[in-house]
Amino acid sequence: MNKKQKKMLIRIITAALFMILLHLAYKTVGERQIDPADGSHINEVLIKEPVWFLLYMIPYLTVGYDILLKAWKGIKNRQVFDENFLMAVATLGAIGVALAEKNGDYTEAVAVMLFYQIGELFQSYAVGKSRRNISELMDIRPDYANIEKEDGSLEKKDPDEIEPGSMIVVNPGERIPIDGIVISGESTLDTAALTGESVPRRVLEGDDVISGCINLSGVIKIRTTKEFGESTVSRVLELVEESSSRKSRSEAFITRFAKIYTPAVCYSALALAIIPPVVRLVMGLEPMPGSWIYRALTFLVISCPCALVISIPLSFFAGIGGAGREGVLIKGSNYLEALSKTKIVAFDKTGTMTKGVFEVAAIHHATLSDDKLLYYAAHAECASSHPIAKSIINAYVRSDEGKMRAATRTVSGKLVSDIEEIPGGGMKATVDGVRVVLGNKKLMEKEGIAYLDCHKTGTVVHVALDGVYSGHILISDMIKPGARDAVTALHAAGVAKTVMLTGDAKAVGEAVADELGIDEVRTELLPEGKVEAVEKLLSEKKEKEMLVFVGDGINDAPVLGRADIGIAMGALGSDAAIEAADVVLMDDDPLKIAKAIRISSKCMRIVYENIIFAIGIKLICLLLGAMGAANMWLAIFADVGVMIIAVLNAIRALFVRKV
Amino acid sequence: MKKSYNIEVDCANCANKMEDAAKATKGVKDAVVNFMTLKMNVEFEEGADAKTVMQEVLKNCKKVEDDCEIFL
Repeated sequence: MNKKQKKMLIRIITAALFMILLHLAYKTVGERQIDPADGSHINEVLIKEPVWFLLYMIPYLTVGYDILLKAWKGIKNRQVFDENFLMAVATLGAIGVALAEKNGDYTEAVAVMLFYQIGELFQSYAVGKSRRNISELMDIRPDYANIEKEDGSLEKKDPDEIEPGSMIVVNPGERIPIDGIVISGESTLDTAALTGESVPRRVLEGDDVISGCINLSGVIKIRTTKEFGESTVSRVLELVEESSSRKSRSEAFITRFAKIYTPAVCYSALALAIIPPVVRLVMGLEPMPGSWIYRALTFLVISCPCALVISIPLSFFAGIGGAGREGVLIKGSNYLEALSKTKIVAFDKTGTMTKGVFEVAAIHHATLSDDKLLYYAAHAECASSHPIAKSIINAYVRSDEGKMRAATRTVSGKLVSDIEEIPGGGMKATVDGVRVVLGNKKLMEKEGIAYLDCHKTGTVVHVALDGVYSGHILISDMIKPGARDAVTALHAAGVAKTVMLTGDAKAVGEAVADELGIDEVRTELLPEGKVEAVEKLLSEKKEKEMLVFVGDGINDAPVLGRADIGIAMGALGSDAAIEAADVVLMDDDPLKIAKAIRISSKCMRIVYENIIFAIGIKLICLLLGAMGAANMWLAIFADVGVMIIAVLNAIRALFVRKV
Repeated sequence: MKKSYNIEVDCANCANKMEDAAKATKGVKDAVVNFMTLKMNVEFEEGADAKTVMQEVLKNCKKVEDDCEIFL
C-alpha cells in the first residue's frame, strides 16, 4: 500500500468506528421507543437534534471531504457527471431527507460514503498490485554493461551508451544487456524470462546471444551487434508497454457506454424525484416527495460506472501479462480479443511446423566428388540466412574437405562474388571463378539447364557449375515434436480449418501436411504467392471469423501483416518479424499457438462475464430502486460490491499457466 | 512526432476523460491514455512544440480531473 492508500485506510477505519458508536448511541439514548401496549414513550430522549446531525457530520466529513471537494471542482469546471458528483449528491440528499423527516437516521448517508471509499481503496490497491505483478514479470531490463578497460578492470556503463561492435563482459548472475556474439568463454544461459523455456541454453564461442538472458555459469565476452535500443530486451519491453494502448472493441464499447449511461441515469433520477410527486399531486394523492427523492438518490448511487470502466481494461491487461509470462507476447488488447475468434489458421511450414534445421540427406548424380559439390554450393550460399543455405554450409563444414580447408569452421566469403538471391528460386554466385547456379527446378528451367528429378521427398537443390548440371543435393527437414499435437489442440480450441502454405515442392508439403493432420496445403508458393493465398482465404471467410497466419518471421513479414492476426514464432532475433507480427511467440513451440487462442478465450470469457454481470446487476437494482424496493444498502452493493467482484474476476485472467 | 509521458491518475474513467481532454487540445493529433501502465502517448501535429502543447494538455486534463498529474 502506498502512502495515499494508507491515509485513506486510516480515514475509513476511524469513520467506521465513529459511525458504529454513534449508531449504537442513537439506538439507546436518541430514539423514542414507543410501548406497543398503550403508545406511551418508554424512554426519554437525552440528546436531541441538531446535536445528532452535528455528531454524524464528523465521520461523514472524515471519510468523504475529498469527494465533496472534487464534486465542487467538477461543477466549477463543468464536468458534472462524474462519480464524485453522484456520491456527493446521493449522500447529501440522504442527509437532507433524514433532516426533513426528523428521523435522525444519518447512518445510511455515512455508510454509503464509507463503502464508496472502501471500494475506491480496494480498486486502487488491486490495480496497483496487478500493475506491479505484471511489471515484475517483465523486469528484464538490464541496468548496466561491463566494459573492459585497458588494465583489465571492469567499468559499469549505461547500456544506452554502448556502441555496436563494442566488447562487453558478462559475469555469472548478470543479465546480457545487449544482443551480440560470444567472442570468448562459454556458459549456460537462462532464457526463461524471454522464452518461457525453463531448460538453460548452452552457448559457445561464435554463438549469437540475445539480451535479457541471465548468464548462469561462466564469464563470457560479447561483441555487441546492436544498440541497446534496438536489442531484443528493449524491443520486448517496448512491445509489452505499448500493448495495452491498443484498445479492444470491448473497451471502446464500455467507454462509449459509460459516456451515455451516467448522464442517462442522472436525468432519470431527476425525473424520478420530480415527476411522480407532481403526478400524484395532480391526481389528488399525497405527493410523498421524501420517498421519491430517496428512490432517486439510490438511483444515483447505483449509477456509478466504475465496475465496468475498471474491470474491462484490467482483464485485458491481466490477460496480456499472463500470456507474456507464458512466452506469448500479444501486441494489443485488440489482438487478444480477435484471437478468441480464430477460425482459420494458416501456417508456414519451414521453421514453424518443422524444425527448420535442414540436413543434407544425400547427394545424387554428382559429376564431381560430393565434397567438391558441397564446397561450391556452400560458398554460393554463404551470404544467405535461409535454413536450406545453413544446412548446406553445415554439411560442408562437417565434410572432410571442409575440415581440411576451414580451420575456423566457417565458410570464407572471400572467394565468392556476384551473389544474387532469387526469391523462391535459389542463388547465383561466382565461387573461385566458377559461375554457380543452385536452386529448385523452376530456377533450372528459367536458366535453361537440363536437370534430373529426385525420386525422394525432401527439398532438392540442383547445382549447375558454369551452366552445366552437376548434380543435386537432397535436404530434408524434421517435423517438430509437438507439431501434430499442436494441430489437434488448435481444432480442439475451435479452429475450423488449418492450412499450410509453403514454398516447398508439392510432394514434401503434402507429406508433412498429411503427417500433421493439416486440412489443406498450398505448395510451391513464392513469398507473393503466400500473400495471395492468404488474401484468397480472407475473402472466403465470414466477416467475424479471424484468420491467423503463423510464420517464423523469415521472409514472412508481408504475410504476417496481411492476415487478421500475424503470429511470429521464435522470432526474437528478427526485427522485421517483431515489427510485422501482432503476436510474438518467444520460443518456437507450435503448441503455443493453441495456447494463445485458449488464453484469449479465457480472457474474453471473463470480459463478457464482467460486462453482463455488472450491467445486469445494475439494471436490476435500478429497476428495484425505481419501484421503491431497493434501499441505499442494496444500492451500495450494486456499486461497490459489483466492482469488487468484477475486479477479482478480472485478475483471474492473469493465471493462464494451466489454460 | 510521438512522445510518451508518465501520468498519475486514480480511476479508469478519469483516464478516459484525460484522453478526451488531451485529444481536444490544439496541436495534438492523437492521444492515448493507458490507465494500466499509467502512460500517455501523444502524437503531435506537424510543427507543434511539444513542450508548450503539453502545458496546455496538462491544464485541460486538470480541468476534467483535478486529481491527475502528467510528468513532463
